[in-house]
Amino acid sequence: MMRLPRFRYYAPREIAEAAQILAGEATDAMVIAGGTDLIPNMKRKQQMPKTLIALRNVETLKQIKNGSGLSMGAGLTLTDIVRNDNVKADYAGLWQAAVQVATPHLRNMGTIGGNICLDTRCSYYDQNYEWRKAINYCMKKDGEICWVSTGSKRCLATSSTDTAPALISLGAKVRLVSAEDEREILLSDLYQDDGMDYLLRRPNEIVSEVILPEAGNWKSTYWKLRRRGSFDFPVLSVAAAVSMAKDGSIDKARIVLGAVASQPLVCEKVDEFLQGKKLSDKVIAEASALCGKTARPVKNTDFAPAWRKRAIVRIAAYALQELRGDDMSEQRRKIAKHVL
Amino acid sequence: MSKPKKLSVIGKPRRRVDGASKVTGQTQFADDIVLPRMLHCKLLRSHLPHANIKSLDVSRAERHPGVKLVLSGKDFSNEYGILPVSQDEWPLCKDKVRFVGDPVAAVIAIDEITAAEALDLIEVEYEPLMTIADAVEGLNNPDSRLHEYSEEGNVHKRLSYEFGDVEAALAESDHVFEDTFFYEGNTHMPMEQHAAIGHVEADGRITLWSSTQCPHYVHRAIAKALEIPTAMIRVIATPNGGGFGGKTDPFNHEMVVVKAAILLGRPVKVALTREEVFYCHRGRHPVLMKFRTGVTNDGKLTGMHLQTLLDGGAYGSYGVASTFYTCVLQPTTYKLPRYAFDACRVFTNKPPCGPKRGHGTVQPRFGQEVQLDKIAEKLKMDPAAFRLNIVEQAGALTANYLKIGSMGLVECINKVVERSDWKNKYGKLPKGKGIGIACSAYLTGAGNSIYWNAMPHSGVQLKLDRSGKVTVFCGATEIGQGSDDVLVGIVAEVLGLDPILIRCVTGDTDLTPVDLGSYSSRVTLMMGNAAIQAAERARDLIAEAVAKRLEVPIELLVFADNRVFIAEDPEKGLDFHKAVVCAEEMHGTLGTTGSYAPPEPPGKYRGGGVGPSPAYSYTAAVVELDIDEQTGWINVERVYIAHDVGKALNPILTRGQVQGGVYMGLGEALMEEQTFRRLPARLSNALVHQTPSILEYKTLTSHDMPEVIIDLIEDPDENGPFGAKEAGQGPLTPIIPALANAVYDAVGVRIDEVPITAEKILKALDQKARGGEGRVGPDKFPDIEWPEPFQVPPPWEGGDGDAVNKPQRKRAAKMHEMDKFKKVASS
Repeated sequence: MMRLPRFRYYAPREIAEAAQILAGEATDAMVIAGGTDLIPNMKRKQQMPKTLIALRNVETLKQIKNGSGLSMGAGLTLTDIVRNDNVKADYAGLWQAAVQVATPHLRNMGTIGGNICLDTRCSYYDQNYEWRKAINYCMKKDGEICWVSTGSKRCLATSSTDTAPALISLGAKVRLVSAEDEREILLSDLYQDDGMDYLLRRPNEIVSEVILPEAGNWKSTYWKLRRRGSFDFPVLSVAAAVSMAKDGSIDKARIVLGAVASQPLVCEKVDEFLQGKKLSDKVIAEASALCGKTARPVKNTDFAPAWRKRAIVRIAAYALQELRGDDMSEQRRKIAKHVL
Repeated sequence: MSKPKKLSVIGKPRRRVDGASKVTGQTQFADDIVLPRMLHCKLLRSHLPHANIKSLDVSRAERHPGVKLVLSGKDFSNEYGILPVSQDEWPLCKDKVRFVGDPVAAVIAIDEITAAEALDLIEVEYEPLMTIADAVEGLNNPDSRLHEYSEEGNVHKRLSYEFGDVEAALAESDHVFEDTFFYEGNTHMPMEQHAAIGHVEADGRITLWSSTQCPHYVHRAIAKALEIPTAMIRVIATPNGGGFGGKTDPFNHEMVVVKAAILLGRPVKVALTREEVFYCHRGRHPVLMKFRTGVTNDGKLTGMHLQTLLDGGAYGSYGVASTFYTCVLQPTTYKLPRYAFDACRVFTNKPPCGPKRGHGTVQPRFGQEVQLDKIAEKLKMDPAAFRLNIVEQAGALTANYLKIGSMGLVECINKVVERSDWKNKYGKLPKGKGIGIACSAYLTGAGNSIYWNAMPHSGVQLKLDRSGKVTVFCGATEIGQGSDDVLVGIVAEVLGLDPILIRCVTGDTDLTPVDLGSYSSRVTLMMGNAAIQAAERARDLIAEAVAKRLEVPIELLVFADNRVFIAEDPEKGLDFHKAVVCAEEMHGTLGTTGSYAPPEPPGKYRGGGVGPSPAYSYTAAVVELDIDEQTGWINVERVYIAHDVGKALNPILTRGQVQGGVYMGLGEALMEEQTFRRLPARLSNALVHQTPSILEYKTLTSHDMPEVIIDLIEDPDENGPFGAKEAGQGPLTPIIPALANAVYDAVGVRIDEVPITAEKILKALDQKARGGEGRVGPDKFPDIEWPEPFQVPPPWEGGDGDAVNKPQRKRAAKMHEMDKFKKVASS
């Protein structure tokens, strides 16, 4: 069996206490919520924190609040999110994303905060220590080079979170707590396109809350492509949200692609293209083609990049057709391999 | 007793005898065993694909706190291997590593984490060698040689056989079809990772618990590798959490924990990680194949010439047998008047390939059944009707001298055609939707043992006493397939007992008579026949005593409902419990044995020992799917399968085996692949497994499983217990070609290689849109220098089962063995 390395473990009851410990430990410490991402990474020696600060006992992180919009504690499990009726009714894209993360067992453990912070993934990196030794490591851990593209100056590991693209398309913000202060930023501002430094979180900050604006007349959807109907990370995903006027023309659109860059890819050009238009077949085809052009998949996940680039056109069209009101249940069953 | 009685256990759907303990977590798998003072072992594995070991320094690791022992190649003096002709594995590599994952040292420590830490302290100096990444590279680079004992260069083994003049047959055919196919390698992926515990008793006797399918072969291998008399060794096969062929070889980790336990006098456990299971491998060989098949205008086969090239990985394993199996079963499904084959296995710097469910026959069946689809199309015949027209007969002797017994393939085809509404669907579904058919056959146990001997292949022992309980002992191993249930079910049937009154003890070389192991779909038939013999002997002893007590002729007695009674007067009789007391009074302590060995095979030619089986199972399958033409995305909607099992002993288990076969077949058809990655040569010499994890090596999840409609065809075989044939392996095979044929029906492209993915379909569709043929698959088969073929005329051309010529063959392996033994003797 692969064993965990040795580490120190704290399990505070208050977020402030957690932030204090984190401030004291600095870069050798990591925050752990469900552990579904971090624990396997530690076993494979991809991440080697000397100290873990567990958030499992912090009850305030497990609250979900209705008010103007929806405020979700970062410690809510993905199963909690999936079982919440408000999420399912008002934020369909988030619900569809959460329900397609990994497997039921992992959703029972994994949290929304953890999924947002999910380590970027790469087929050269997500391997055990011995395997990485056999390729002389890579720049994300212990090595110098990016094997995905040996000329690359930066790490090309892929953002593989399902919930972040959906949340960004819904205009979500996150609250970050540190020993010194608290701040709220747009979730889209949490990320940058770098496989190693993909989070713009300061080292002493903890994600405490995810805040969704009021749904209003926004409609949203999330389409995930992966080889199998469960377990797998996305090889590409499309999160789409639109607010439509009464005549069906689009006031505002937010399209975010997952698993095609080191961060959730906000497709501003597509958003601009869709503004003021009705979702005719022609508009959907053009918008989907534009998504395909925006995406830059690289060869570090399942499926070849060229195929993923083409498939994204199809999947983006499905997403927009669903937002138009088409019955997409048959296509959904075939792509998701089950009825969501 | 003289009249055949109505079956009361056999053929009835029952809960399996080991089911409750498995679902409640009571079953003790190897890794569940914890012994007092037990130590833990971790293996240092090579991180280079091919290198000489220049030096190895374990001194720092030895000094690490908590470390009790560090072993390396120098601590072992003997090679081992499953086949007598391929004794090419060391418990720990001596002077050379041959793939990333080859073990070079072992650390035994107080716990796993300490052992793992100490691995980093072992210093190994390597001299890297050129790497061989696939079979063609192996052929082209004979100088970077993995093994001295290979036939030449990296050619492990070549075979060449002619059963009649195939060239003449092809020349006279109305059509000759030539097709090449490639079947990518894949692995077993059992849920349970291998684990083993070595232990030495106070008196020096040795016990090994291991998740092995073949305790008897492990027993022999330990004796040889560690030079310990077999009588001093006990091997206990723990229930396997899945095997599928992946636990049929003796393994280096088993040798290491036994050696360490001997040296330390404490129990030593090793529990492999998932990555290490990928390195044990012994899975499906990647096979390139070329079929040349002649047919007449009315759709009869005239002859076939098959050539196969196997990528063997780094060691022999069962490879020589696998090489035969890529060719020998071709004539068992359809009438084939003449047949020739050439096969070649090549060593490469990857984990060794070996037997996986369907051992070696799955790859050529894919090629053959896809080619038949192409032939039917060319001849404008319905693919199902075309097959029905050429099905081989029950009782036939094939061109290569395989004796077929019962043969339910016609019923299988008819059943899936009817169930799937084939006639209204084939060629008639809207574009994007398709349906395909394919068939297969498989052995019910190999006719020969791994090593030559004249002893039984399976032995069963029965103990009965005044408690009224029956204990049945057999060396067979429960690997999830349900062999314990088969054993109990058969004894229960013969003695007329409720299965709960029978305890079975299996897979323990000290307690149970030898059974060769759970491989080759042999257990139900061989153990089953031995169990019938043992149980009937016990029944006769009891009947004699009861007849005397009741003063009735023995022939009038019946064993049923936990009683022994008079058939015509059921009130008159004894409870089984009392009947056993009677028998113990008359005969003394009660015990019987039964044994089974397969019939002598009709083929007398050299090499004719691979392929014969007491009975062959048959399967037909129809796959229905749809494909999105913009992406190539595949959705399998339904699988219809009919399997001729002879007789289903416990239909629930049989159906489970068929469904499991469909599951694994779909995985191989759609996504499973054990592939390797090279890095840019100027930067790295690496050759690593692409996806050594249960997440990234893709097998179907329950969501990916389509509806499966199963029919069991029961055409009893006279060699099978109650007529039973196998169900564990055969049903996998037709799924892959049926799926490929359905893809063609749906979108008109041929994917002549496995797995069949969305990417390949899209590539073929693009190609077709540009006016190309719409095919993805290999274009050519390399030129290989084949040896002079053994010429064996088929039975209908005056053959007697022997070759008419005497081609010379190198005996390289044997020479190698002799040299080694000389070295051992002189030292």
